[in-house]
Amino acid sequence: MTRALAISLNAGDAEPLAAFCQALGVPFVLLAAGGDAPVDVGAEKIVRLEGDIPPADALSAFIAEMADGFDLIVGVAHMAGKDLLPRIAGLLGQSMVGDIVEVLSASERRFLRPVVAGNAFAEVEVANGPFVASVRATAFKSAARGGNAAVETQPAPSQGSTKRVSVSEAEGGRPDLTQARVVVSGGRPLKDAETFERLIGGLADVLGGAAGATRAAVDSGIAPNDLQVGQTGKVVAPELYVAAGVSGSTQHVAGMKDSKVIVAINTDPDAPIFEIADFGLVMDLFDAIPQLIERLRD
Amino acid sequence: MKILVPVKRVPDPYAKVTVLPDGSGLDTTSLKFEINPFDEIAVEEAVRISEQREAEVVVVSIGRAECEEQLRKALAIGAHRGILVETDAELDSLGVAKVLRKVYDRESPDFVLMGKQAIDDDANQAGQMLAAMLGIPQMTFAAKIELLDGSVRVTRETDAGQETLEAPLPCVITTDLRLNEPRYVALPGIIKARSKPIDRHSLDDLGVQAECRVRVLRLQPPAPRGAGRQVQNVDELIEALRAKGVLGS
Ligand SMILES: Cc1cc2nc3c(=O)[nH]c(=O)nc-3n(C[C@H](O)[C@H](O)[C@H](O)COP(=O)(O)OP(=O)(O)OC[C@H]3O[C@@H](n4cnc5c(N)ncnc54)[C@H](O)[C@@H]3O)c2cc1C
Ligand SMILES: Nc1ncnc2c1ncn2[C@@H]1O[C@H](COP(=O)(O)O)[C@@H](O)[C@H]1O
Repeated sequence: MTRALAISLNAGDAEPLAAFCQALGVPFVLLAAGGDAPVDVGAEKIVRLEGDIPPADALSAFIAEMADGFDLIVGVAHMAGKDLLPRIAGLLGQSMVGDIVEVLSASERRFLRPVVAGNAFAEVEVANGPFVASVRATAFKSAARGGNAAVETQPAPSQGSTKRVSVSEAEGGRPDLTQARVVVSGGRPLKDAETFERLIGGLADVLGGAAGATRAAVDSGIAPNDLQVGQTGKVVAPELYVAAGVSGSTQHVAGMKDSKVIVAINTDPDAPIFEIADFGLVMDLFDAIPQLIERLRD
Repeated sequence: MKILVPVKRVPDPYAKVTVLPDGSGLDTTSLKFEINPFDEIAVEEAVRISEQREAEVVVVSIGRAECEEQLRKALAIGAHRGILVETDAELDSLGVAKVLRKVYDRESPDFVLMGKQAIDDDANQAGQMLAAMLGIPQMTFAAKIELLDGSVRVTRETDAGQETLEAPLPCVITTDLRLNEPRYVALPGIIKARSKPIDRHSLDDLGVQAECRVRVLRLQPPAPRGAGRQVQNVDELIEALRAKGVLGS
């Protein structure tokens, strides 16, 4: 690999992309298409797209046009990246390695990535030739800082045949789930959206963290879909992960197992979540969480 | 209207899967195989559409002869006919997309409805690659699908919430978990599915080569987490977290 095009789609993408390119030892151009692009993460150059970022069909065509001269195109493995990057690969006729968590050998083009909901890690080798990759932000946390890249701006491409009709994004207020230092997650027993917000949201607030949820909680309308943590939701690795009323299914654990400290609060002493928890509290969350909020508030 | 639905045979998502000691693969003794859950959701959605309007649902699976089981299951849910592309070659998602493209060209469906990700390789790529190679729109991670006149409107899950997109047909739509809850198939459905047609093809018939440029060399088991401990009450928990230094200031 001689030169990479790193695509920053969401806030916080630049750091893991830079860290990955540094781990590979390849110079990179940072394309900011909706994401951040600090000038001091060692990019050769920054290209910032201005204006509304269109859906994947138009954006991928635009990026495929600029792909000449790059033998690696890389982004972060969040939903925006998962939507866009394989389409770029398809346009260019390249294969893609997704969700990289470790560079095993840059010269031999070998990478490590989780498969089967994190029940195994595959050592994969990419054949010679240009390719597309995505990285887990949780695995490439910090890049060496330095430099002062020149910034060039270009208008974002306009929408193609796919039109955006509407966008509904939850109100912020809490730190972003994937970047938060603390995540408090709730599962099925939280009953309804109001209870979830009061207990899980309330504890997240006193800890200065984000709220997360299981699929069961999302499916039953207790929590919005963008809070789902797991194999098919978001992958997080905060300093502290509190799982309350979460059984600890493989699919959920796949999204939080790399957290530094895991706390589980569950009434069932045999719940699988206790197998990966640093601190387990066998207790009704409806008693435990209000107490935690109360004690931690002062 | 014709809807093409690819289905992959994958290990039961609720089974405990482990890596063989020599790292050569997963331990498949006593492992059950199922339709990839996201593909099952796609079959369910396509069948619901065919129950509302004139539509043929064609399911396709690429892999060994055993994939017939998953095609039969899809036919039992209500798909009309199956295509089995028989091969024991290893394929990466680009390789899968290239095969699907040949099937698409033969079938000329109005749209392709497929899973967002196969839960064995967890790649989340084939649908987007297929759409790119066909030069048609894609709408990934669908939570709701509305067919309009000549176009389709999809509400999809994003990192920050949801958005609604609209694109002309044909296109590729990939499913997310909340699109629907697949029906339970009762015995008569399974019996009836036995007489539904399945066409068999080789890669040669389709005029496509097996491609795999991202090769799995070895599997490793996940790193174990150190044993934790139980705390008796909330105070003890807070104390333990303070000692770990994770409570902030
Ligand atoms: C293809 C596929 C993908 C999936 N992807 C994901 C994913 O990305 N993320 C995800 O989370 N799931 C995912 N799932 C679903 C997953 O398999 C589980 O069904 C889900 O994680 C269970 O959620 P839960 O722990 O909230 O519910 P449950 O399993 O019902 O567990 C609830 C827990 O709460 C405990 N409890 C009950 N009452 C109380 C109380 N008062 N106080 C304390 N504890 C209490 C119970 O003992 C139990 O352990 C996926 C499934 C499939 C098939
Ligand atoms: N061998 C296969 N046969 C049929 N469909 C497949 C196959 N592999 C992948 N797919 C389809 O592509 C989707 C995404 O797969 P992947 O890119 O492997 O995560 C799956 O949900 C299936 O719909």
